[in-house]
Amino acid sequence: MTKRGSISRARAWGIRVAAVILSLIVCAIVIVVITKQNPIQVYAGIIDGAVGTKRRLWVTIRETIFLLIVAIGLTPAFKMKFWNIGAEGQILMGGAVSAALMIYLGKTLPNSVLLILIFVLSALAGMIWGLIPAYFKATYNTNETLFTLMLNYVAMQIVTFCIVYWENPPGSNTVGVINASNQGGWIPPLFGTYGMCVILVTAVTVFIAIYMKSSKQGYEIAVVGESQNTARYAGINVKKVIIRTMMLSGAICGFAGALIVSGSSHTISTGTAGGRGFTAIIVAWMSQFNPVIMVVVSLFLAFMQQGAIQIASQFGLNENASDIITGIILFFLIGCEFFVNYKVELIGKHKEA
Amino acid sequence: MNTVEEYAIDLSGVTKRFGEVVANDHVDLKLKKGEILSILGENGSGKTTLMNMLSGIYFPDEGTIKINGKEVVIHSPKDAFELGIGMIHQHFKLVNVLTAAENIILGLAGSGRLNMEEVRGKILELTGKYGFELDPDQKIYSMSVSQKQTVEIVKVLYRGADIFILDEPTAVLTPQETDRLFEVLRNMQKAGKSIIIITHKLNEVLAISDRVSVLRKGKYIGTVDTKDATVESLTEMMVGEKVSLDIKRSEPKDPHLRIKMQHVSVRNKEGVVKLNDVSFEAFSGEILGIAGIAGSGQKELVEAIAGLQTLENGDIFYEPPEGKEENLSGKTPDEIRRLDIRLAFVPEDRLGMGLVGSMDLTDNMMLRSYKNGGRFFADRKTPKALAEDVVRKLDVVTPGVGTPVRRLSGGNVQKVLVGREIASSPTVLMVAYPVRGLDINSSYTIYNLLNEQKEEGVAVICVGEDLDVLIDLCDRILVLSGGKLTGIVDARNVTKEEIGMLMIGGKG
Amino acid sequence: MELIITFIQKAIGQGIAILFGATGEIITEKSGNLNLGIPGIMYMGGIAGLIGAFFYERNNPAPSPAVGAAIAVLCTLLASALGGLIYSVLTITLRANQNVVGLALTTFGTGFGNFFGGSISKLAGGVGQISVMTTASAFQAKIPGLSNIPVIGSVIFSYGFLTYSAVIIAVLAALFINHTHKGLNLRAVGESPATADAAGINVSAYKYVATVSGAAIAGMGGLYFVMEYLGGTWTNNGFGDRGWLAIALVILALWNPLSAIWGSIVFGGLYIIYIYIPGLTRATQELCKVLPYIVTIIVLVVTSTRNKEEKQPPASLGTSYFREER
Repeated sequence: MTKRGSISRARAWGIRVAAVILSLIVCAIVIVVITKQNPIQVYAGIIDGAVGTKRRLWVTIRETIFLLIVAIGLTPAFKMKFWNIGAEGQILMGGAVSAALMIYLGKTLPNSVLLILIFVLSALAGMIWGLIPAYFKATYNTNETLFTLMLNYVAMQIVTFCIVYWENPPGSNTVGVINASNQGGWIPPLFGTYGMCVILVTAVTVFIAIYMKSSKQGYEIAVVGESQNTARYAGINVKKVIIRTMMLSGAICGFAGALIVSGSSHTISTGTAGGRGFTAIIVAWMSQFNPVIMVVVSLFLAFMQQGAIQIASQFGLNENASDIITGIILFFLIGCEFFVNYKVELIGKHKEA
Repeated sequence: MNTVEEYAIDLSGVTKRFGEVVANDHVDLKLKKGEILSILGENGSGKTTLMNMLSGIYFPDEGTIKINGKEVVIHSPKDAFELGIGMIHQHFKLVNVLTAAENIILGLAGSGRLNMEEVRGKILELTGKYGFELDPDQKIYSMSVSQKQTVEIVKVLYRGADIFILDEPTAVLTPQETDRLFEVLRNMQKAGKSIIIITHKLNEVLAISDRVSVLRKGKYIGTVDTKDATVESLTEMMVGEKVSLDIKRSEPKDPHLRIKMQHVSVRNKEGVVKLNDVSFEAFSGEILGIAGIAGSGQKELVEAIAGLQTLENGDIFYEPPEGKEENLSGKTPDEIRRLDIRLAFVPEDRLGMGLVGSMDLTDNMMLRSYKNGGRFFADRKTPKALAEDVVRKLDVVTPGVGTPVRRLSGGNVQKVLVGREIASSPTVLMVAYPVRGLDINSSYTIYNLLNEQKEEGVAVICVGEDLDVLIDLCDRILVLSGGKLTGIVDARNVTKEEIGMLMIGGKG
Repeated sequence: MELIITFIQKAIGQGIAILFGATGEIITEKSGNLNLGIPGIMYMGGIAGLIGAFFYERNNPAPSPAVGAAIAVLCTLLASALGGLIYSVLTITLRANQNVVGLALTTFGTGFGNFFGGSISKLAGGVGQISVMTTASAFQAKIPGLSNIPVIGSVIFSYGFLTYSAVIIAVLAALFINHTHKGLNLRAVGESPATADAAGINVSAYKYVATVSGAAIAGMGGLYFVMEYLGGTWTNNGFGDRGWLAIALVILALWNPLSAIWGSIVFGGLYIIYIYIPGLTRATQELCKVLPYIVTIIVLVVTSTRNKEEKQPPASLGTSYFREER
């Protein structure tokens, strides 16, 4: 077995497509064993669930763009090899700020002003949530993986705390739909329910793609990620780059929180982030930070998730089936990268230490 | 005489490829029982790869290995141990947070509880027998290089090996430590052990070995008895053609003060003093060599000038060709750059500091210049032109300027790095171990570049490890020992022994 | 006094699941693998034990507590070892990124737990209806006699056998890591796999065994929660974030299973202290629940500001090893 010097694009994608097909077969086997249904029917159910009606199609698009924007938000941090697994918390903080603005100002401010305020302040909240671990990483080299992870739960408790004050109706322990009457702070529909969100996410995606590829700051991030020694040698202020990049990463995740709350759920709960912060890590990693591939991977995962929810209700399973299916697909996609990077040769007897 | 039984190791037709690179091409090699055999070859000639196949790190693609006359298959280091082969690697394979004793028994079949008392006893018995000094309870991270090497050797002895392979054992030792090591090796030979020593230092080969085998570019060239060999004949075998060992050296022209370091002290992250009250001056138009045992503060010295070290004490003044002097102490590389002081620095760790391995040539050229131009976007056109220029002028072998530098060979990587640094038309050029890992031709390209810079009036500071080269290349040589400056000598009137004494802190 | 005893009991009750997870993760991390899939694995372990006991009791008119417990433990070990195996294949053999695999495994494991939890809830007739009383009684049985001693009995002897197992396993793990040949080899693998390899240690084998057995131990934490703590039932996401706390505890304990024992009780105490502070409103109670995370963050920051060789994570943590890499 040897490391490949290079591999043709077509071959690499062939391997990845093969992995996807294999994972779909394994998923089908799992589903068939549990539901005892014809697998063709099952996959028809998945397609139906993901794109079967206009509403379902929009839901799939919504899930795609929410996953995408978080993955895009994580990209600068990961490119810097900063393991920000705190997107969940950053989304929640952004979402909480959006909800607060909707609740307290939703009836007084004109919608456009309120929306701008929501976007700015939620991004700021996410930015602060990204800044805290970045400061300690930059100053004391504190392990960011665990720091950001812990901050997720701090954010979650802050949201629970807020829900006590915001709950509607009282005693329900949920916030309910905010401003259902005047839709204050709701992102208005455009060409369809989530058109506006699609445009906003596209704008952020394009910006980050250009930022990472062509800007000076993007270059600095790449150098810091590859080698902090080299960065110092080149006169890059590593501390500043770490903090600035995590502020950007956190801000985009906070903004994602605003999109989720203002653009879709119109409420807040500890489940607002819904694991997207974790799934997006895998999306960003598997796409090797290429935004175009990120769109494809996000779409695929959202498609499978929505499809799985459909077949779950169709065959009387519970909605967690989609997590299992996502998990299986991820294992295959992660595993197949090995075959892209290494050439397996069997030397003599079957030997692999 | 039974010719088969005579050999402890008998390799024939051994081949190893890494992708398209053939590291060993049908190599034959024989080690007699109870002899010391030197394997001589330049960097990159395949010595280490060959030995790694004997110690089970790599597995040969072709060929046979016989140990004590029996054909064997070595799949893992464990197999190697069982055959009585022990390897002392150039980069020590020791676990820092463990003690010497723990490292020595690592991987040994032992069941259940550790009995450290027994282990300690056995270690002390071995160290007494062969004349080592070693504290079994000392942690590796608090040891000197020579102590770590002792641990490695005792580790192999402890396993009862009778074939020893030492990979460049003297590279990091002082001349005195080298003598002591050779003494130990002779004791081991007397006790009946067979020893292979890999090196590229000819005089050591002549001093210690019974026979010499030479490798060149992955191929086996031949074996001679040491008593019949001379430095000249071995060099010829090693490099293939008669190469003049002289490096041309011109007299410094019109020297002016460029760098003045005064009473500089530096501590590393662990609080260990790495530079202790060092003062010196460097002039334009000369090459100032820096010598010392590995880790004596050479790295800190050049990094301090480049603004990469925090000074605990002292000042570093830069004297420009025109205008007033600047104090560089406390300034970051970026601040130095903004003062328009053109310091070029080729660090020791090329792919870990000087270049970014995963980036292509163009992006690596940007490392020094990306801050020029507009605010937001980075300019890639100028660096691309520069990359093409460097490739052309220095004959860099690369598929193109879009190739990640990690894919290039060591010599070409260094050419890219030096090319970039020289392109900034520096007034001071610092190079650390500029030819480490390079073949002879690339090395001479680098020596010539340094001489060119010197003749153009650049103040060149060159950290080196090969004293022969430093003495031939430099005008003055500054010697460090344990962070202290122990002397600055005139390279034209100094012997290696004198520098060696300064390196261990004595008076030259 | 009564209050303090209850508090300690509850703190231990909360801490044991975390202790199992932390001990498993320490063994795993000593081999250089940072398994962020532990939270998912604990879900898998918990639900597998419950499923085993559930079907045993369902298909057996007169179930025996001991048999039920044995089946549950076996199912848990198998399921959580399977989780560890998935992680090992992907990170050790296929050299995938450890963080990414870990997070995917947590997604999978949590889904696995909730899916089958939900499914057998439905079989049992609705949420919260699963009950494996007989088996759970074996897990909840206190030490006879000793538990009746006043104070000491309640504080030390009033727990089920898994609680004592957790402590014993942690002690054994510490002995193994620090005082045996294999433990020494394991530490070397985590510190410097290239060194271990050169010394003739089978690096992959050590990583596999440590990760799979670490996962199996962690999975017992899920079983403890389901059986001894909840008394043999399931609520979706009921296990909450204890898996992440287990990973946090590894840091608090500085990779020493003995420190994890008292650390787990501290964590458990912090987890429930809001109940015992008088005069808290619902809102401030919620804020109190943030304490364990804040404490972990503080420990994280404090250890990172100090620089002691022995107190650092295993040096190769998070990276995969490939012998012929060059």
